[in-house]
Amino acid sequence: MRRAVISAALAALLAAGVATAARAQDETPKLPRERWSFSGPFGALDLAAAQRGFQVYNDVCAACHSMNLLHYRDLSGIGLTEEQIKAVAASKTYDIIGDDGQPTTRPGTPADVFKAPYPNEKAAAASFGGSYPPDQSVLVNAREGGPDYIYAILTGYTDPPPGFKLAEGLYYNEYFPGHQIHMPQPLHDDQVTYADGTKATVDQMSHDLTTFLYWTANPEEVQRKQIGWRMVLFFGMMAGLTYAWKRQMWSGLH
Amino acid sequence: MIGLHKSTMKNPVIRWIDSRMPIFSMMQNEYGAFPTPRNFNYFWNFGALAMVMLMIMIITGVLLAMNYTPRADLAFDSVQRIMRDVNYGWMIRYIHQNGGSMFFIVVYIHIFRGLYYGSYKYPRELLWMTGVILLLVMMATAFMGYVLPWGQMSYWGATVITNLFSAIPLVGQSIVTWLWGGFSVDNPTLQRFFSLHYLLPFIIVGVVFLHVVALHITGSNNPLGIEPKGPQDTIPFHPYYTIKDSFGLCVFLTLYAAIVFFAPNYLGDPNNFIPANPLQTPADIVPEWYFLPFYAILRSVPDKLGGVVLMFGSILVLFVIPWLDTSPVRSARFRPLYRPFIFVLVASVIVLGMVGAHHPEGIWVILGRVGTAYYFLHFLVIMPLFGVIERPLPLPESISRPVLRPPGAGGGPLPGGATAKPMDKA
Repeated sequence: MRRAVISAALAALLAAGVATAARAQDETPKLPRERWSFSGPFGALDLAAAQRGFQVYNDVCAACHSMNLLHYRDLSGIGLTEEQIKAVAASKTYDIIGDDGQPTTRPGTPADVFKAPYPNEKAAAASFGGSYPPDQSVLVNAREGGPDYIYAILTGYTDPPPGFKLAEGLYYNEYFPGHQIHMPQPLHDDQVTYADGTKATVDQMSHDLTTFLYWTANPEEVQRKQIGWRMVLFFGMMAGLTYAWKRQMWSGLH
Repeated sequence: MIGLHKSTMKNPVIRWIDSRMPIFSMMQNEYGAFPTPRNFNYFWNFGALAMVMLMIMIITGVLLAMNYTPRADLAFDSVQRIMRDVNYGWMIRYIHQNGGSMFFIVVYIHIFRGLYYGSYKYPRELLWMTGVILLLVMMATAFMGYVLPWGQMSYWGATVITNLFSAIPLVGQSIVTWLWGGFSVDNPTLQRFFSLHYLLPFIIVGVVFLHVVALHITGSNNPLGIEPKGPQDTIPFHPYYTIKDSFGLCVFLTLYAAIVFFAPNYLGDPNNFIPANPLQTPADIVPEWYFLPFYAILRSVPDKLGGVVLMFGSILVLFVIPWLDTSPVRSARFRPLYRPFIFVLVASVIVLGMVGAHHPEGIWVILGRVGTAYYFLHFLVIMPLFGVIERPLPLPESISRPVLRPPGAGGGPLPGGATAKPMDKA
């Protein structure tokens, strides 16, 4: 059987070699690999960064991007207190049909979905020359590269290289496929004032915002990894026990 | 006692039931005392693992269906709601989502085991063929399941795969319209796929039953590929293989848990986090990893109908390998000429898998064609030919003989005393 395993390994190696040789050249630069609090099996969300990120989202992104899968109550997941959540929700106004059948408004509650800036995708697209700002709920999971990609886009605005023809109404971004992006540079130094005194550089805000967006896309992640360790340890231990048991049982065979 | 089954069960209540409906005797005979070759290696765990995976998928699937909404405008959000608002919904869904991948890993290893040790040969042809049916139904189930979250890859994958049927001459386009329930993949398609995705697993359960019935007539093959010659060659399934399968299961569940809890989206496609949009085609439409080799075969033929025929042919050819393989020897261990080519087959399937994940251009086109050619060459030429020209190694006299032979002893009959030595600590 050992020879079979070696042969299989050789076959896999051969296959891997073929893949390396055939890898196509990529025109966008390699994504910078950031350090994220949540990455790795021991990762845990940096709550302070996620809360700062929510502030950036609420003050900047929410002007154009919806987040339809999130409710204000979910914000307890990044450590906001009940009062803070109520206050955030109450600062939004929702159009409703009143008891008299007439359109009216009411303040938001923790049970409300994040207030969307546009009533629908078409309205959003109409304001942005036909291309609507994507919903941000699971945006991190929806892009190759995940948080590294989002961070790279947020910090990737530069002047186009000489000779690059930039279309009307588009912006140059190093990491965007094709380099021409509809979104103008969203973050500028000191655009928000952090309550905890952290200096709001583009880099810092991008990092915080990405942390927040990672959480909105994967709110279960911290609990998932905690349970995961218990599961892996449990089954690993059971594997050890059953192996010992099996050895003992089979040793009686003649 | 005329007309009643003669039950040997001790408990009177169980005996009363068993004499009228001998399910306890059946379990005892088929899973308790069932004589099983004593020389299985760990490749023989994967049948039991596949059975466990089927149960995990059905249980998590039923729970998911309680919270899922099969409507084009609600499906995507309902899946996300399961992830966020259903208690432990994320766990149920990630177990199910990654369970598909784990199921295919297990089944592919199970199939490799059958190919390597010649488990498809006389008298196990029907056992093998029911297995191929299981593979086909499983693929259909997995494909329809992947459509249900209604992300971009769900939608466009469904569009590409259902469009394959349009290659059928004359009636192709009508068949596609009939499959879709309309003129494009849309709400009717989603609803029927949901219905079928719920139905097919129970068909799988039925075919698994046939698979096990056939297994229990012929008995299991074993790494030597020779039939047990007497009680010294077999051991009861329980407890010896139940404990061995339990150990394998725990190792498997450790790996499965690691994927589910630490990298649940590793095998997924980011595009499926974007809701289905009929007006926007993703840059690359790729199926799930377990379909990539077949997708590569499909694309390696420049003609659409030819590609479809070869793709389905790559599975259908498995039905007839009991007759394509002309060698009287089952286990590749004793087939020096044929043995390396099984690994070439594995390599060609892996290469095809990588080809399926890339744009069909440059080197990938050539690799795809070479891989496809080898895949069919293996079954249609190498298998029939090598059985005739190959000189297999001498087969052991019996299963217990090589096990009992002390190290260093050559061939030939052993003195009577030596066979009585226990095999442990070997």
